[in-house]
Amino acid sequence: MTKRAASILWGILGVLAVMVAWELYKFLGPAEGFVVGAIEGETGSGVMLLPRTNDRAMPHLWEMGARLFQSTSGGDTPPLFVPVITAALTTLGIAAVGWLIGVAVGMVLGVIMQRFRLAEWGLLPWIVVSQTVPLIAFAPLLASIGSQIDRGGFPWPQWLSVAVIASYLAFFPVAIGVLRGLEAPDRNHLDLMRTYAAGYWATLFRLRLPASVPHLLPALRLAAASAVLGAVVAEVSIGMRGGIGRMLIQLAGQASSDPAAPWGPTFGAIALGLVAAGAVALLGFGLKNYRRGEATA
Amino acid sequence: MTLREPQGKPTDKTTELAVRAADLGKIFAHKTGDVVALTGVDLTVEAGEFVSLIGPSGCGKSTLLRLIADLDPATSGELEVFGKSAHQARLDQDYGIAFQQAGLLPWRTVAGNIDLPLQLHGISRTERAARVAELAELVGLTEFINSYPDQLSGGMQQRVAIARALAERPRLLLMDEPFGALDEMTREYLQSELTRIAAETGAAVVFVTHSIPEAVFLSDRVVVMSPRPGRITDILTIELGDARTEALRESPEYFERVTAVREALHGSPVERANER
Repeated sequence: MTKRAASILWGILGVLAVMVAWELYKFLGPAEGFVVGAIEGETGSGVMLLPRTNDRAMPHLWEMGARLFQSTSGGDTPPLFVPVITAALTTLGIAAVGWLIGVAVGMVLGVIMQRFRLAEWGLLPWIVVSQTVPLIAFAPLLASIGSQIDRGGFPWPQWLSVAVIASYLAFFPVAIGVLRGLEAPDRNHLDLMRTYAAGYWATLFRLRLPASVPHLLPALRLAAASAVLGAVVAEVSIGMRGGIGRMLIQLAGQASSDPAAPWGPTFGAIALGLVAAGAVALLGFGLKNYRRGEATA
Repeated sequence: MTLREPQGKPTDKTTELAVRAADLGKIFAHKTGDVVALTGVDLTVEAGEFVSLIGPSGCGKSTLLRLIADLDPATSGELEVFGKSAHQARLDQDYGIAFQQAGLLPWRTVAGNIDLPLQLHGISRTERAARVAELAELVGLTEFINSYPDQLSGGMQQRVAIARALAERPRLLLMDEPFGALDEMTREYLQSELTRIAAETGAAVVFVTHSIPEAVFLSDRVVVMSPRPGRITDILTIELGDARTEALRESPEYFERVTAVREALHGSPVERANER
């Protein structure tokens, strides 16, 4: 329990350290930044070594906090945190769908690669290469393919494109984690299953899958983080409305007149990541019996 | 599939062979050349008989056990388990097996681990529950039935492994240094337990060990093996009777057998002065 308390304390200290660093630099740093090699009368020339600290570039933390409770765009509009939460939930839902697709695809690929050595040789390089394709370029392409699937009378919604792109990032750690996990059982356990004349499927379900859980959980957590990231980037790239990514871009565009506003959706995106990671942690708690280490004699 | 009736009726003992090996050989192919793990092994184990395989590392005792278990294929010679091929005997679940590591599934309770072979072979839920309770009783772990392996000592884990090996009432029990990783006290206790269990179930046992006292205490016959190439050099009949009690460990007859096995292992009479 004290260990748990200590880890919570360190977490809080870490966040506090970032906050203190922000305010300290804002207090000490030059208001217009420090630029070397600037040419007179030519904006944007030179190399900026120290960023600007004026209120437009770096709003105070309390301004960011207060902005959440001020109306979104003046008049009767609700306080900023309301649309932030709505947008975050929208993105969370899409990311969750992407995570589920990614986990399903990743598990199937992992199982196939474990079963057939040839499949591992054939698939694994492509799976690794797939992660080097820039998402920004890939997302609009996928969206336009999606919009062409409209014909069968079943329209392809824009959010589904976003979810598919999120799954594209999420499947990777799962495929690798499942492959590793399925190969985790001891020689001993495999011999034992053989003495029981247990076939491939019985061995898969009774031994390999349960034994893979300790490898699978970190992969699922990575997949959750990747799915959130993928969903936010894909929203921006495709131009889907309603999510946190789009909101972030929109408010960032108005930052010169309302510098604290983009921090609202930024905090929303952070909360989103935490919720996603927390949900996987809950899953891990449900599977805790599969994470027991057998004490050796 | 249902469980067999308790086996080991006295009439079976003389008529049926649990294991019959004739000129059995095993060669492992390596990049650097073939390694002869076993050669010219002739061995019979009668139903209900307790036979130990003893010898230094590399003498092929574990290899022989793995051949009987059909975990590895033999390269040459004949091998029958209850009159069938080792392969068929494995498919028919004619033996139970225990290794040096208990090899329990850490995510299953004691009951779940004992239950594993029964569950895999599609035995009905009620029958399984009854059998698991019976086996837990046999190895004295009834009150730990819902514990997980990491909550048990090494000796208790090994007892679960033995219960699991006995789950389907095999007529043959294969054991590969099952007490090798345990402390001496636990080891002696489990040896006594094993002789009791073997007598109660009437199963034949092939027991791999590198402990001379252990082999003598447990066995009807001790098979002495030698490395390079792995082969049987001697087979000693122990004849200490059926009652293997703690008192036996102190008896002169016991020490006599221990000396005999030691001499067989070293290939010549051992001088007392050299003994540790």
